[in-house]
Order: sequence, then structure tokens, then C-alpha cells
Amino acid sequence: MSSTLMDPADPAEPVGPMSSDASPSPRAEVRRRATGRQGLGPRQLAVALPAALRKLDPRELRRSPVMFVVEVGAAACTVLTVVSPGVFAVSITAWLWATVVFATLAESVAESRGKAQAASLRASQAQTTARKVTAPQDILEYTGGLAALPTTEVPSASLHVGDVVVVAAGETIPGDGDVIEGIASVDESAITGESAPVIRESGGDRSAVTGGTTVLSDRVVVRITAPAGHTFVDRMIALVEGSERRKTPNEVALNVLLTSLTIIFLLAVATLQPFAVYSGARQSLLVLVALLVCLIPTTIGALLSAIGIAGMDRLVQRNVLAMSGRAVEAAGDVDVLLLDKTGTITLGNRQAAELIPVEGVEPAILADAAQLSSMADETPEGRSILVLVKERHGLRARESGELVGAELVAFTARTRMSGLNLPAGGQGPRSGGPDGGSQDGVRRIRKGAAAAVTSWVHSTGGHAGPDTARIVDAISASGGTPLVVAEQLGSAPARVLGVVHLKDVVKQGLRERFAELRAMGIRTVMVTGDNAVTARAIALEAGVDDVLAEATPEDKLALIRREQAGGRLVAMAGDGTNDAPALAQADVGVAMNTGTTAAKEAGNMVDLDSNPTKLIEIVQIGKQLLITRGALTTFSIANDVAKYFAILPAMFVLVFPQLEVLNVMGLSSPRSAILSAVVFNALIIIALIPLSLRGVRYRPAAAAVMLRRNLLLYGAGGLIAPFVGIKAIDLLVSLLPGIS
Amino acid sequence: MTTTPSPTPSTIAHQAVSSGRTSRSGGATAVAFTRQTWAGARVLIALTLLLGVAYPLAVTAVGQVAFPWQANGSLVTADGGRARSLADDDVVGSALIGQRFDGPEWFHPRPSEAGEGYDPLASGGSNLGPLSPDLLATVEQRRARVAAENDVAPAAVPADALTASASGLDPEISPAYARLQAARVAVARNLPADDVDALVEGAIRGRDLGLLGEPRVNVLELNLALETMGR
Amino acid sequence: MSAPWIAVGQILVLVAALAAVHLPLGGYLAHVFMSPRHLRIERAGYRALRVDPDADQRWSMYLLSLLGFSLASVLLLFGLERLQDRLPLSLGAPAMDPAGAWNTAVSFTTNTNWQWYSGEVSAGHLLQMAGLTVQNFASAAVGITVVVALIRGFARSGGGGRVGNFWSDLVRAVVRVLLPLAVVAALALIATGVIQNFAAHTEVTTLAGGGQHLLGGPVASQEAIKELGTNGGGFFNANSAHPFENPTPVSNLLEIFLLLAIPFSLPRTFGIMVGDRRQGWAILAAMGTLWLVAVGLLTWAELSGPGAVPQAAGAAMEGKETRFGLAASALFAASTTATSTGAVNATHDSLTAPGGGVALFNMMLGEVSPGGTGSGLYGMLVLAIVAVFLAGLMVGRTPEYLGKKIGRPEITVVALYVLTVPAIILVGTAVAIATPDGRAGILNAGPHGLSEVLYAFTSAGNNNGSAFAGLAVATPFYNTALGLAMLLGRFVPIALVLALAGRFAGQTTTPAGAGTLPTHGPLFVGLLVVVALVLVGLTYIPVLSLGAIAEALA
Repeated sequence: MSSTLMDPADPAEPVGPMSSDASPSPRAEVRRRATGRQGLGPRQLAVALPAALRKLDPRELRRSPVMFVVEVGAAACTVLTVVSPGVFAVSITAWLWATVVFATLAESVAESRGKAQAASLRASQAQTTARKVTAPQDILEYTGGLAALPTTEVPSASLHVGDVVVVAAGETIPGDGDVIEGIASVDESAITGESAPVIRESGGDRSAVTGGTTVLSDRVVVRITAPAGHTFVDRMIALVEGSERRKTPNEVALNVLLTSLTIIFLLAVATLQPFAVYSGARQSLLVLVALLVCLIPTTIGALLSAIGIAGMDRLVQRNVLAMSGRAVEAAGDVDVLLLDKTGTITLGNRQAAELIPVEGVEPAILADAAQLSSMADETPEGRSILVLVKERHGLRARESGELVGAELVAFTARTRMSGLNLPAGGQGPRSGGPDGGSQDGVRRIRKGAAAAVTSWVHSTGGHAGPDTARIVDAISASGGTPLVVAEQLGSAPARVLGVVHLKDVVKQGLRERFAELRAMGIRTVMVTGDNAVTARAIALEAGVDDVLAEATPEDKLALIRREQAGGRLVAMAGDGTNDAPALAQADVGVAMNTGTTAAKEAGNMVDLDSNPTKLIEIVQIGKQLLITRGALTTFSIANDVAKYFAILPAMFVLVFPQLEVLNVMGLSSPRSAILSAVVFNALIIIALIPLSLRGVRYRPAAAAVMLRRNLLLYGAGGLIAPFVGIKAIDLLVSLLPGIS
Repeated sequence: MTTTPSPTPSTIAHQAVSSGRTSRSGGATAVAFTRQTWAGARVLIALTLLLGVAYPLAVTAVGQVAFPWQANGSLVTADGGRARSLADDDVVGSALIGQRFDGPEWFHPRPSEAGEGYDPLASGGSNLGPLSPDLLATVEQRRARVAAENDVAPAAVPADALTASASGLDPEISPAYARLQAARVAVARNLPADDVDALVEGAIRGRDLGLLGEPRVNVLELNLALETMGR
Repeated sequence: MSAPWIAVGQILVLVAALAAVHLPLGGYLAHVFMSPRHLRIERAGYRALRVDPDADQRWSMYLLSLLGFSLASVLLLFGLERLQDRLPLSLGAPAMDPAGAWNTAVSFTTNTNWQWYSGEVSAGHLLQMAGLTVQNFASAAVGITVVVALIRGFARSGGGGRVGNFWSDLVRAVVRVLLPLAVVAALALIATGVIQNFAAHTEVTTLAGGGQHLLGGPVASQEAIKELGTNGGGFFNANSAHPFENPTPVSNLLEIFLLLAIPFSLPRTFGIMVGDRRQGWAILAAMGTLWLVAVGLLTWAELSGPGAVPQAAGAAMEGKETRFGLAASALFAASTTATSTGAVNATHDSLTAPGGGVALFNMMLGEVSPGGTGSGLYGMLVLAIVAVFLAGLMVGRTPEYLGKKIGRPEITVVALYVLTVPAIILVGTAVAIATPDGRAGILNAGPHGLSEVLYAFTSAGNNNGSAFAGLAVATPFYNTALGLAMLLGRFVPIALVLALAGRFAGQTTTPAGAGTLPTHGPLFVGLLVVVALVLVGLTYIPVLSLGAIAEALA
């Protein structure tokens, strides 16, 4: 199997801001087209309108107390208008209804963006048949030779957890499950948008398959792990459609505050009537409702759920599925990012950077030995040695057929070496050892950890020599990994030829990324199985704040618990089964789609691109979501100041002419002032829909800087904008007969 | 999936008694509340003895020794001396409490809304607002009356002569109002105008520490000095 | 009458005095409530009273203790008032009627000290001393205990919702803080002329030959704690305008200083107890800014004297004492309404329209600038949470204050807090203005009459106690309604604050980082001030536009 196929990070892809935008997967491209990033067109509004009107149902609207109050007010005004119609009454009533409709429209526009995706996902769900293995349970428990058992065809919808199915090339996998036998290449583009096939095989971390994906070659036996209707695709559909959307904690909290503001304004307006009566300025219910609607935070109340839906949608556009909105919010709060070294900070695995011969050995000899010793090494490190030898030393790759009689020595945990034994007369230049030819003529080449190879050399009666130790230490100190290459000719003592310098290659652009995170107050911790010295060297190069070296899954879990006990929120990415406990413990656990079912179940997000670096983007999206809410809330409340200047003088100028001083906007008449405020209040919702869908501009910065900028923009802006807007509307409205 | 260490909201409803035992019913809350109320009553009675009896008595004891004149109401006698007890026969009032002076031979205090005027059993002001038509009329009447009584231009009457104080017991008037009355008093008492003027100037007390409050003249003390002078 | 520089000078002297005590008093308060040791006398008292001063109480238990103590207080006071004619030293004062007794018992227990009666005829020496003076201490101490519990909530991490011991906090606030300060203040007041004796009313023959009743009483001992504990209930009807309560400009400044001293020092205590003094400075700066702006506006209003009457009289001297003049009266009025004191050295009803409006608005702010003893700080901290919630989102994090997350449960409590007092005020005022019983009490017609009723409920709901005293409130309607307003306006917020304290104490503290909203810089102070002003402005501007604003613009 080729691991490049599944290498989570494509080395060619630069890791800069919005990396998924830089090389979009085809599916993401489709999504963007389907959901219309270009903004909010009349066509989209028209499409969303029917759903928006359905949302006017009071039972549904009750979830947003602010808009519910507006609807009740609009209904009351409708009755009044029917009883005593007039231009003013009709206009006010119409605009109150418009306010409610604009709010539901915002939500349904946001939802419509997910609808297109849901439709394409549904296509993958078309009823399929499954070949179910029919055998007694105890046989099914056995994981070998199942493919040969008899099968019956059943509809995929009838599959239960624990059923075993056989899927061959060209067939669609009928449901989520784990491969328990066989290996196959699978096209998962229906889910991930990634057209390159991936390998799925039994055992290990690549065993999970997703219903709706297609087997391209070979045949696998799959044990179903999710009941029909609750598969990954089902969940995805529900998520992108927003049908399972529940209010997130912060959204609920904000709603509480908005509700209490609404109650305060309700009280302020309701009690105003007795005061007005005392003052000899009884107000019509129409005007009181208009005042109330203008005061309660309709702008944020109307856009709140659209902001939430759009936030989830932004994640989906980046091919991340959040299983709960809570996780998206938590992402904004993350204090600590746990990043796996391999694949996230460094490019996949270590690569051979240099061959260093010991004194007295020709580089070419070392290169040849290194190449031979790596023939049996299928690890990325091994292959990188072959690449290095070819590029740097001009040795062409050998075909396995060239080495007749060669005996490959595989790496074992006990020997911690790999290599090969060439029979006498084998290919390749002999190193001219001091004893020339040997009795049996077998050439043994070994490559491995310094300690292991050195002790092998010693066991043959040879010596590693001081040179070896010096080179090994130097490489270790620099954070690299030394692999010692040695050979033994016949029964002569073995000798060290040189050392391969394996080096971690840190991805480009990460330093800057981590600096941004630091500015945002997020600490990055690199997690690696490497020893402390190596880990620290890479940490220094990558610019992370901390390292967890020689980490076991238990260490990872302990680290997360420790950070959480200190009140910090932790995010991490992972894919293996042994990552599952840590993923579950982390506040934000992003599972790679290529990972195991256990990992995907444990995390609260799944990255379909399986790119761990995306954690950083997820954090930014979480922050952007919260900022958008805060900004529009502030804007909404700041708006009220101007509305008071418009409405209060208009209401009471008849009994207290001196209040005309407060009509700073110079609005043409009391009626036009009130109507203008109501119209502004409605139009500002429409005007802010694009912003709420897009999210406010987010640039990583320290909190104080961000606060200052956003306060200025949305606080001061919210104070000033309505003065301008209401005045402008007044100029138009005053042209209406019956208003001025 | 994510775990937050905060307690569930339901724990809010449950009460724990101070010994640390947890009770889980409204009945237990009622019992705890009753016990706390009894404890509160015991503490309150102890505090009453400390703060309601011991503290005022101690302050009185020290105050009576250290500042006997002030503690007893800054009492003055007819001869301009100080008295320490209301029981003293020659007490004519308190330097701090304004009195009614009606005739032309007296310096008049400010208008008073305390009862019939300067009644310590009914301290208080008019409580009329800044736009009150009643008060506006009253002010105009007072201006006319004070101007006529003292034979000055209405515009010369200072604000304190036209307005009632907050306590109704204001013992003082502004230097301007005192000066304005000097001529009238001198005529009524048949005293040299210069002498009365000098008396007024001598009675003016400046701002405390040169900064606090306003310059003022104590009417009772001024009238007492007038009496002494006239004898 | 009074040059602006004189006004500025008085303010500067006051600020200097407050600045001088800020560090020592704030630090001392922190020490008192952080020390694990009991004084020997305290320990003896606890043993005798069978009270456990060492149990670390949950917020709910802390609240029950507080409510139990307050209930006992209301009952004892009610009893003293109803029975005062049968008790010694009553000076012939009759028993209060039930509605009046309820009102006064609630009033003094809630630190409001609203007075429908006039002390000189309705309260004998015993009631003043053993009833009212005691509650002057106790209610102030209760306010301090609540804020101390809230601060502990912030300071503790994962404390299981335990916020300290009410009895120990109460006794320490009284014995170690209020009582020693009150003794010193009382003696200083006697030196300026405040009376302290047990004489009965005695008629003397005045110089002009008339009769005048001169009064006695233990005034200084009550006056001291009345200001120090931001109580405000006068021994006499005229309150701090009465020459026996406030005889000179020096005593006047001393009283203003006393009523501001603890509220302005508590932010320091807060900073020390949460381990970040900058947080205390920020709260102090917000309080100070609001106070200074109010003082400035009120002083300007009174000095310039707009309105028909001040213009006709030449100065806004109606309802002001000669010795204080305009500036010192304005300074007192702004300070007494910015704290929940409610003592007055001038009749607020007769303040200029903008001046009276500022006094009213000061109370509407929720008594946070700097507010009452304890209650001012907890009110401001709740506002800080609102500010953090709005602004905190704008830095892209779930809002947190002092490392405590403001989630749904917390914001629910805060929202209820913010809602409670405006609801009491608006509903109460509306009911009064809509009913004949309510309208009957109005003295000044028109917008000013509306202001009188609004002022009464604002004062009661915020536990201030000052009044637009033209309103005749010695009626069963007002005594009952305002009593209810005081009771709800005190204990509902207290219960909510303690619930908040419990929530915070149970939360693990999130350490601050570069991503945390800084809550100590000028930016946050400005934000807090604006949030306070906007929140209150938006709530009350409609009714104010029919009262103080209409009057001020007339």
C-alpha cells in the first residue's frame, strides 16, 4: 500500500491562511458555486422567500422572543389598521410585517446554502442493495474467510448494526462500518469531494468505511457499525440542512440577554401610556408598538440564528463537519492547541537529508550500502533514503530482480535494524575491506538506530570507532535522527560505513501561523513520540510554545486533563483509535476522515480533507462567529439612541413643544419621523444579512486591539448610522401623502 | 463530548446547611430558614445592645465631656453667653437654630416653611419645584415686601431673602441680606447707621477654611449683639 | 452667588480626602475579610450566641442566613415602632400605624431609610437608637457581606459554590469596620455642633419673645453611621439640612466624605481580594467618572439656575441652606444620590430641573457610582459582566470576567438583576400615576408631579431613600407600595448576586491570556461607563422625557 495516498498533508500544498482556498477540493468548489459566495442576490431571496413565510408561524417564531414580540405587535397593528385605515397606519403595519419577514428571510437564506449540499449528499444515499453474509453469529465473529460465505441481497436500509456485508469492486458500500477482511481502494469523493481513491483495509487505523462511497478495486468484508438512517451521511445531511440545529450555549446566553432587554423595553413602553395620559398626551397603540419595535434589539434578534447557521456553513465550506454548534463556539475559546508533529507541523515523516561517511569510507560506498539496506524498508524514511541516494549520489534505483538471492532482513522491534544479506558474487561494488575477500562471501548490510547497529558491530568483533559516536551525537543534538549503516563481509568483523541523517522537515509558513495564534492568546503544544532533544529542536524551528515529547496516548490524555483543570480549553486533531480518548476529552476534537470509526465517534468535528493544520482555521471560524454576534448586538443596541431622537419628540411635541429641540435630525413631521425609524429598523436587517452570512472581517490580533477596532466600527458606527439612515428615509417618506 | 467542570444548574435549587450536610427539599429549606432566623434574632439582639445602647451611650459620654456646649445644642443665653442645658432659665435659643424675628428692630432671617416659621418640630422646606407658579408668585411677593420694608430697589433683594431654606431652621442669611437690613434696623433702634453697619461686618463669617460653604451671618447672634449694643 | 472655582475647590478637597483613605481603607477591608482569625470578643460572642462563624457556606445557605437576619430585623423594628408609646424615652411619640411601621421597618432594614414620617415628632430616642441606629449599621454591613461573597466567588476556583460565612462577615463588617469609624466620625461631628444628648423637647423663650421647642437626642451617633453606611435616614425631617445634623460647611464636607468613603474604597478591596489590583482601579475609574460627571452637571445646573423660580429669585436658593450655598448643596445632592445614601442637605424637589434630573438619573444608574456600601460595588460588577458579555464576544471568545465564563446560567442571573429594579420602578410609578391614591400625593402639578412619583419609586427601588419630598407619602397606599418596592429592590438583587457568587465560586478560573478581553484598561472603563449610561438611558428616557427633560427644556 502506498502511504502517500493517505498522507494527510500534501507536501506540495503551502500552509498559509485559508489553505483550503488555495487548493480547493473539487467538491468544495461545487459547494461554493451552489451556495453563492458572491453575496445575496434577488434570486436567492426569492428562492428563500417561501420558507421564510412558513417561518412566520408563531409557534416557530416563539423561539426568538424578540421577533415574536414584533410579530404580535404587527398583528395588533393589522387589526387597528383594518378598524381605522390610513396611510400612516397602513405604512407602519406593512413595515412591521416586513421586519418580521426580513428576519425569517435571513434565516432561510442561511439555511438555503446548506440545502444544495444536502441534495448532493442525498444522491449518494440512493437505495442500494447490500450483499449480506448469512452465517451464524459465532462464525461472523471470526474475521477470516468471511468473503467466501454465502450472501443474500437485502436493501441497504434494512441493515442492522453488526451485520456483515461483502462489497466488491464497482459496488457502493451500503452503510458505515469497519473493514474486517480484505483491502480495497475506495472512492470517497461523494463525501469528501476528494477524487483520489483511498485504501481501506482490515485492522489498524484505516479500517473505517463510509456508506455511500464506492469500492474501486478488490473486495472487502464490512461489519456495519451504524444503523440505517443514522449514518455519517445522514448526520451530514442533517447538519448542513440545519434540521438538527439546536441553539448553541452562547447563542442561548445571548438570547437570554436579548429577552431581558426586550422585557425592559416592553415595560418602558407599556408604562409610558399612563405617564402620557397623565401628561395629556395619550398615544395610539400603533405608535407605541412602533416605538417598542424600534427599541427592542430586532437587528440582532433577526440575524442571530442566521449567524449561527452561516458559521456552521463556513466550516462545511472548508470541508469540516461540526457535530455540534457547541464545538464551533468552543473553538473560538480554545487556549491550547495540541498539534501532532507528524503531518501537522512536519511534512509527513522524517526524510533523509544527508549521508555522512565515517573517516576512510568513500561516500559512494556508503550510498550504495544505504540504498541496499533500504530496499526492504517500506517506511517513508526508507524511501526517502532511496530518493536521496538517487538525487544526491546518482545511483539509479535497483529493481528487486537485480538482487538475485538477496535475503531481505526486515525491521523487528527486537533487532531494531533492517537490511539485507547479499550472497557472494552479488551486485554492487565491494568495499575494499582490509581483509579483502571472505570465506563465505556473504555481504551483510545493516541499517538502524545507532545503539542497535553498534551493538551488532560489536557482536561480530568489530568496532564502531569514535568517529561514529561523534557524528551520531552531532545529528542527535541538531534534532535529527541518525541511522547508522554498517556492513559485514563474510565472517570478518563488521564495520560502520557512515550515518544517514534523517531530518524532520517543518512545513513552510507555520512559524507565522503560530505567531498569530500567540497574539490571539492560544498556546501551541507539539505532541510527538520523539525524544526530548529531537522534539525541542523541531519545536524551536516550528515556533511552537511547548512540546510533549515521547508522548503516549495516555500522556496526551493527561496533558489535556491538566490543561482543562487549569481552566483552559484544549483543541486537538487525531485519527487513530488510540487518539479516541484524547479526542473525546478535548473540548474541540477534530477527527480526520481517514481515521478510525472510534476516532470519528470520539471527536466533535470531522475534517473531510483530513488536514490537521485546519485546526487553526477552525479556531478562527469559531472566533469569527462570536465576533459577528457581538458586533451586531452592539450595533443593534447603539441604534436605539438615534431612534429615541426620532420618535420621542414626535410623540410628545404636541404637549411639550420644547421637545422639538431633540429632533436633531430635523425630521419633517412626527408621523414621518416615526415611520422613518420603523423603516430604517426593517431595512437595516436586510442590509446586514450579507454581513451575518459572511461573518465580520477577522484578523488575528490581541484582544484589546480587536475590541478597540470592533467597538469603533460597530459601536460608534451603530450610534451614527441610524441618524444618517433615518434622515435619508425621512426625505423620501415625507413625500407620501398623509404622512407629512 | 466536551466536559465542563461547572455544576449543573439543578444544584442551585438545593440547599446545604452550614454544617455541610445537604438537604434536598423545600421543607428542609424552611427548617434551615427558621433556624437562620433564630440565629439572626440572637445576633440582632447582641448587635442592638452593642450598637443601639453601648455605642450611643459611649459617644454621649465622650461628647458631653469633650464638647459639652456643642453636644447640648450650641445653646446661647440672653447675655450672649453659652449654656449647657435646655433647663437653664436664660437660654434664648440655639446658635444653630434660626428663630422668628418679625419687627423692624430685628434683623430678619430667611423665609421659613417650618410650621408657622422656624418651628423645630416641623423642620422642612417648601418642596416646590423650579417651575412652580405658586412659588414664583411667592418669590415676587417676598421681593416686593422685603424691598418695601427696607426701602430698597426690588432688584437689590438677594436670593436668600426670597427663598425658604431646606430645613426651615436656617440660622443664617447672606451678608448681602444682612447689609440690606442694617439701615432699617438702625432707624428702628435709633442707633447710628455706621455702628450697625460695623456690627454687621463684624458678624460676617467667611467660608470655612476659606473654601467651604458660603459667607454668612448668624441672625440670632447678630440680634443678640444688637441687643447688647443697644443697652 | 458662588464662583465656579469655589465649587471646584470643594470638589478637589473632597477628592483629595477620598484619595487619602482609598488605599488604607480598601486594604484594611480586604484584610478584615481575608483574615482567618477571629477577634477574642467576636469568638466569645459567637459562642454565646451559638453561631458557627467558620462554616464555609454555600451561596444558598449564605442567602438564608442573610434573609433570616433581615427578617428578624424587620420584625424587631416593626415591633419597636408599633410599641414605642409603651417604651421608655418615647418622648410622647405615638405608635406608628401598621402601614407606616411596615414601611419604616423595611426601609431601614434595606438600607433605604426612606422616611414618610418626621423624626422629631414620630420617633422617640429609644426607637432612634435601639431600632434605627442599629439598622443603620446592620443594613450597611449586610451590603458589604454580599459584595464580599461575590468577590470570593470571583477569587475562588472550583470552590464548590462556597462563598464564606455570613455571620462572620456581618460581625466583622460591624465590629471591625463600621463601629470604630462611626465612633470617630460621631465625635468629629459633635465637635462641629451636632448634638448628642438625651434631652427631651423643651420650649425656650426666644430673643424676640416667642416660644420655640428645642430638641435633644443622640443625633451624632446616628448621623455618623447614617452617612458612613450610606443609609441616609435623618434624625429629623429636614435630614442633613437640619442644623443639628449638619451645622457647618465643615460638617457638610465631612458627611459627604463619610458617605463616599467606603463605597469608593471597596474597589481597592475587590482588587486585592481577586489578586489583581488593576481590576479594582478599573471599577474605581468607572465609578469615579460617573460620579464626577454627575457632580459637574449638578453643580453647573444649580450655579446657573435655569427655570422660572431660580431666575426670579436670582439664584436656585429655594430649599438650600445659607451656610452651604449652591455648590456644597449640589455636591451633596450628587453624592447622596450616586451612593444609595439618600440623606439630603437641600430639598431635591426644589433643585433646578436639570439638577433634579441628574439626581434622579444617578439613582436610575442602579446606585453604582459608587453606590451603597457593598451594593454599589456588586451593582457595578454586574454591569461589568453585562459589558463583558457584549464586548467579550467582539474579541471572539465566550465572554469571561476575571477568568469566570459568562454562560447561560450566569447571564440569566445577570439579566434578571438588570431587569428587576427597572421593573419595580416603572410598574410602581405607572400604578401610582394611574390611580387616584397615587396622584393624590402629588404636590407640584405637571411634569414635576410625574417626577415626584417617579423619584419616589426610583429612590425606593434603588434603596436610596431621598425624595422629591413634596409628594405626600404618609398614606397607606404609598407606605405599602414603596415598602414593597424597597423590599424587592433590595433582596431580589441580593439573592441574584449571591447566586452569581455561588456559580462563580464553583467555576474553575480560566487564566487570562493575550486572547482574553482585558478588563483593566481605559478602553474597558469607557465601555463600562457607556454600557451603564446606555442601558439606563434607554430604559428611562421615555418617562424622563415627560418629566425632567420636558421641564429642563421648558
